[in-house]
Amino acid sequence: MTKNTFSPRRVRLPRTPADWLEAIMNFLFFLCGMLAVGCVVLISVYMVLSGVPAIRKIGLFSFLFGSKWASTAAEPLFGILPFILSSIYGTLGASLIGVPVGLLTAVFLSKAADPKVRTVVVTAIELLSGIPSVVFGLLGMQVLVPAVAKTFGKASGACLLSAIVVLSIMILPSIVSVSVTALNAVPPEYEQGSLALGATDTETWFKISIPAAKSGIAAGIVLGIGRAIGEAMAVMMVAGNSPNMPDSLFRSVTFLTTAIAKEMSYASGLQRQALFSIALVLFIFIMIINVVLNVVLKGGDRND
Amino acid sequence: MKKITRRSFITACGAVAAAAALTACGGAASSASTAASSAAESTASSAAQAAGTLSGNVATGGSTSMKNVIAALTEGFAEVEPGVTVSYDPTGSGAGITGATDKTLDIGLSSRALKDEEKNDVDGTTVALDGIAIIVNKDSKVADLSVDQLKQMFTGEITNWKDVGGEDGEIVLIGREAGSGTRDGFESIVDVKDSCKYAQELTATGAVISAVEANPLAIGYASLSAVGDTVAMVTVEGVECSEDTVKDGSYKIQRPFVFVTNKSVTLSEQAQAFFDFATSKDAADLIRTAGAVPVNE
Repeated sequence: MTKNTFSPRRVRLPRTPADWLEAIMNFLFFLCGMLAVGCVVLISVYMVLSGVPAIRKIGLFSFLFGSKWASTAAEPLFGILPFILSSIYGTLGASLIGVPVGLLTAVFLSKAADPKVRTVVVTAIELLSGIPSVVFGLLGMQVLVPAVAKTFGKASGACLLSAIVVLSIMILPSIVSVSVTALNAVPPEYEQGSLALGATDTETWFKISIPAAKSGIAAGIVLGIGRAIGEAMAVMMVAGNSPNMPDSLFRSVTFLTTAIAKEMSYASGLQRQALFSIALVLFIFIMIINVVLNVVLKGGDRND
Repeated sequence: MKKITRRSFITACGAVAAAAALTACGGAASSASTAASSAAESTASSAAQAAGTLSGNVATGGSTSMKNVIAALTEGFAEVEPGVTVSYDPTGSGAGITGATDKTLDIGLSSRALKDEEKNDVDGTTVALDGIAIIVNKDSKVADLSVDQLKQMFTGEITNWKDVGGEDGEIVLIGREAGSGTRDGFESIVDVKDSCKYAQELTATGAVISAVEANPLAIGYASLSAVGDTVAMVTVEGVECSEDTVKDGSYKIQRPFVFVTNKSVTLSEQAQAFFDFATSKDAADLIRTAGAVPVNE
């Protein structure tokens, strides 16, 4: 539009100080935007460049589907299937606990809660989302791990189950806050219509409110899953970190994230390169989750 | 002139602080830097005329377990000979010995004693000893284990404490992550390399100690210098792990940190200076703060 009213030369050269300021600020905003894009591009390129060599040397199949990881053995083995499965099981397990609890909390906060109670619970959940993961890990290590060992009569409580419990608590805030927003946005007419037809509150929430808010709730769940799969510190402190296949809830396991974190400090040569390859796999996982998130959100728009 | 005065002032302060710290607690990790400057100070004064005259590079490489010791020695040596850079390439003991043999390294680093056939070409000089303590929970009834029992326990042949004289209960093995020098040391001495059935792999000595402290069924290993009184050390074949028993060789779970030099090559002036520094009495505190037992005192 500006092109029609001004000649290109005038647009290029601002005349008043205010115009200059405007132009400079515009450039600054552009630069900041490009910084984020540049970081993403740089990280992606770097991950691929540093992750691919080891996969080439090890072989894609034996890397992804090898069931044994012995990175410092005389004849090293770099199979990350145990890590992939542990990450997936851990994340699924955390969702199994975290999603129902989070969803019901969200329904409670959005529909049922007394305003005073709501304030308290919302504040608590906001606090929960602000707690650093290392604190979760520390509590898990000191309280949860011994408790798991005692409850189930195991010698060591540092296992997949402990990681699942810690992760399920960590993903609660993202599920709850996004779901509450979605449930609040359900038009009151839907619910009033349902109530007017004689449905109870509970029936209305489960048959009308939740289905109407499903895309928002799904986005919350995907966000939670993203957090769970990317968490390293808390998991490292409770999961035991032996590179075992996750064939039992009480097995000491290593996630993709913790595999990188625990060996990076002393790694060298192919071991180090392989850690970058694990990071690449993790990166791809996170990208898939982001794509799913985008699809879910777009689907929501169409429904509205 | 001004610069020299300031530095000597700081090192003097450091020496006082280090002396205080060492008498107080025997050198915790936080006193590493002050201890380093105190050792450097005393070396500087004993070799005052020669100090700071050399330049160039000393190429070292080999044992990954010697990382901390080399880092401490390099730091201390930089105070004496600021013109010399000491490079360190963590490639493993085998590569360290090969490097000295084929003359690509000035000083190769090995965390095992040299074999007889290797001694044809190279000399080994032990600069420090690495004692690895076996730790159990304070409630554990087990006070002594043999190397063979340890081997069976860590490979999963023995899984119950009652088989080694303790109370009935599953043994929980706590170890370090792959690549750790302590893990490499323990596994190669006990001969359980890459066959350990760990319940937990932790990334720091402190974490191993606190995990053992928290679980009455746990057993783990840690550098001697890091073990405090929160856990119990078992004796190995009747010998307690201490600096003295490591030094006289009676404690089994130990290994030497060896400087490997080629017999047919005279060390460059700067490499010789580093070698002399590392084997001097002044380096003892540096080696101790790095978690190993010094041999030259």
